[in-house]
Amino acid sequence: MRKNLNVIAAYGVMLGLIILVGILQSWNVALSIFNMCLISAVMTMGANVQWGYAGLINFGLMGYAALGGLAAVLISVNPVQEAWVAGGFNIIMCLWLIVAMVLAIRFILRNFEKSKIRSYGIATIIIVGIIILRITSEQSMEAIEAVNPATTGFLGGLGLPIIFSWIVGAFFAAGLAFIVGKVALGLRADYLAIATLLISEIVIAIIKHEDWLTRGVKNVIGLKRPVPYEVELQTKEWFINLVAKFNSGKLELISNITNKQAALNQLVIEGSSVFVKLCYSGLFLIVVIALLVVTQKALYSPWGRMMRAIRDNEEAANAMGKNVVKQHLLIFILGSAIVGIAGAMLVTQDGLFTPGSYRPMRYTFLIWVMVIVGGSGNNFGAILGGFAVWFLWIEAAPISLFLINLFTIGLSETNALKAHLIESVPYFRYLMMGMGLLLIMRYRPKGILPEKIEIK
Amino acid sequence: MDFLNAIVLLLNYIFVPALTYGSQLALGAIFVTLIYGILRFANFATGDMMAFGTMITILITWYLKSLGVSLGFLPTALIAIPFAIIFMVGYMIFIDKFVFRYYRINKSPPVQLAMVSIGVMFVTQAVVRIIIGPSDRRFFDGEKFIIKAGEFKEITGLNEGLAIKSSQILTVFITLILVSILFWFLNKTKTGKSMRAYSDNEDLALLSGIDPKRVVMITWIIAGILATIGGALYGLDKSFKPFTYFNNMLPIFAAAIVGGIGNPFGAFLGGYVIAFSEILVTYAYKKFFMYVLPESMEPETLVQLLSTDYKFAVSFSILVIVLLYRPNGIFKGKVL
Repeated sequence: MRKNLNVIAAYGVMLGLIILVGILQSWNVALSIFNMCLISAVMTMGANVQWGYAGLINFGLMGYAALGGLAAVLISVNPVQEAWVAGGFNIIMCLWLIVAMVLAIRFILRNFEKSKIRSYGIATIIIVGIIILRITSEQSMEAIEAVNPATTGFLGGLGLPIIFSWIVGAFFAAGLAFIVGKVALGLRADYLAIATLLISEIVIAIIKHEDWLTRGVKNVIGLKRPVPYEVELQTKEWFINLVAKFNSGKLELISNITNKQAALNQLVIEGSSVFVKLCYSGLFLIVVIALLVVTQKALYSPWGRMMRAIRDNEEAANAMGKNVVKQHLLIFILGSAIVGIAGAMLVTQDGLFTPGSYRPMRYTFLIWVMVIVGGSGNNFGAILGGFAVWFLWIEAAPISLFLINLFTIGLSETNALKAHLIESVPYFRYLMMGMGLLLIMRYRPKGILPEKIEIK
Repeated sequence: MDFLNAIVLLLNYIFVPALTYGSQLALGAIFVTLIYGILRFANFATGDMMAFGTMITILITWYLKSLGVSLGFLPTALIAIPFAIIFMVGYMIFIDKFVFRYYRINKSPPVQLAMVSIGVMFVTQAVVRIIIGPSDRRFFDGEKFIIKAGEFKEITGLNEGLAIKSSQILTVFITLILVSILFWFLNKTKTGKSMRAYSDNEDLALLSGIDPKRVVMITWIIAGILATIGGALYGLDKSFKPFTYFNNMLPIFAAAIVGGIGNPFGAFLGGYVIAFSEILVTYAYKKFFMYVLPESMEPETLVQLLSTDYKFAVSFSILVIVLLYRPNGIFKGKVL
């Protein structure tokens, strides 16, 4: 118990802060911060598995999160029949063509010695394949995009409950990670960082511009929800009774019946959105706890010890007979899959998929700040980092507004400097993140909750 | 005649823009490569440092304009750049003293320095946005075109016009002059040679009496000059927007790695490789083929290999291919 005192204290402070927001601002805000904290925590766990366990830098988190989001769309949206009629057959044929191309290249790689002719052969297959793909797919893509472009204009999805997408998102991300890992994992640490960053930009470019699949920058809105809708809740008898029960003290103070009804209605409207957020929190908590248990078990298993050995001394681990390349690939896939789950969770919560909003600052570098600040190699640390940094990210604007007002108290309201500073309040969050990262890296390089290796 | 038209078309839409863009990337790529070669880390704050230098240039330009200073047909920013460089170098040395020096002295692994540079990136980005705001700003003044498309058509009697902006000529000339001075400095002067020695083998350089503080200081000074001029030229040619500068970091990295990171000449050429491939692959050649081919063979589609949406993706794919087949870049071998 005593050993874990700092962990408990850190989490206590964090929860206290969120509850404080609930009391001071509103429970709605507090819960939405809490939900985003949980999603960030899943992402940081993914990054932590890669960086903390194995020392692999993945600056492509954004790409995996976006693929998870894409999974949410492809699973939950109802299929657009007209679009399938217009171009579905061709698209499926193109997919088969890609599979055939990959198999052909694999066959050549397996059965021929490395030579110039082999390289040229592979290049020819790729170029010819792309040309055929373009010719066959172009018209059907246009046809699909022309189907009712204001509302659909894409193939749609499978029409399944969106919750399945959390698993499918993990598989999508794992698939991408397999390809990227095969290509880039042999590179030196900083090259790997740059390569993954650039590959994630390519993924975003494809998601943004392949309208037939993702609707691109036209966004997909109104995704299905795994939890009830506020409007439906407000009409349900049991929910109204529940709200009345919770607020019975407040309601009894009002004697007038019409006033009482109006107050109850107001409470029901507020309560419904809090209730929906609570449902999300429950779902997210299940994921976070399940992942935490699994990753903790993995960390203290023989496999986790091997990963640490590989991280700390690759050559020695290799000499001991551990397959470093294979384990790197495995952990790269696992970590990316977790990020994919987080991406799907994020889209599920928002109910919309906006490819334009995926930016490296928010989905890659911020997550990295979380991992470093929280404590890499320690799952509790990484989750705490997700909580603390996201909390600061959201609350940075009110805090900096308060500070600006404090420091410019002598200046008049119309002072140009004061007005300019207040106008640029949103950018103080970057300043805080940067300063936080620099200070932590300098004075507590292992993070708030450092990695602890227990030798039993 | 058709043949000439086709050439002018390619010049106007591919060669001139790619040459300009390539020069801008080249300056950034040399900046990245210098930091990587001598300070030994990948500087993720590159784009934002360039934005910082450009911001100071803009602020000084505004001040000069308010004083009524102007260079006639040249942009006022040209006077502002030297002053901006002084500020920028000060900023760089300030950052180095308070942030990077600690890790250098402790001999931290490059990865940690790269993480630290992300912290610097956040801070610099915030400072730029707080001071000048995130919006799009144009600060080019003076004569905009050297040759206008219409005038060119009149003079030559061709169907296709060739427009050359003065900012394009300025970019290419300034880049060439700057890069030649830099190579002269690195290859011929004693300080430059000591820098190359330091980059090649730090311990050996220290043994032979090279002062590491001096080398690091000069590196930051050169980096400041490159970042300011590169950023200002990009801003003059297109426009200044902090977010675009952050994004430009990616093709700049691609250029530096394609050329072989740590090798300035490779970085210089890498900038052009990236710029030309981006524009060559995404240009629609329909009109070109209409001039070159006989009428019966004219293409019906746009004859575009990839849509312009994938401009960035092209350069990154090139990078991935280069990393796969020649991990040390096209011009590998020599360090700095």
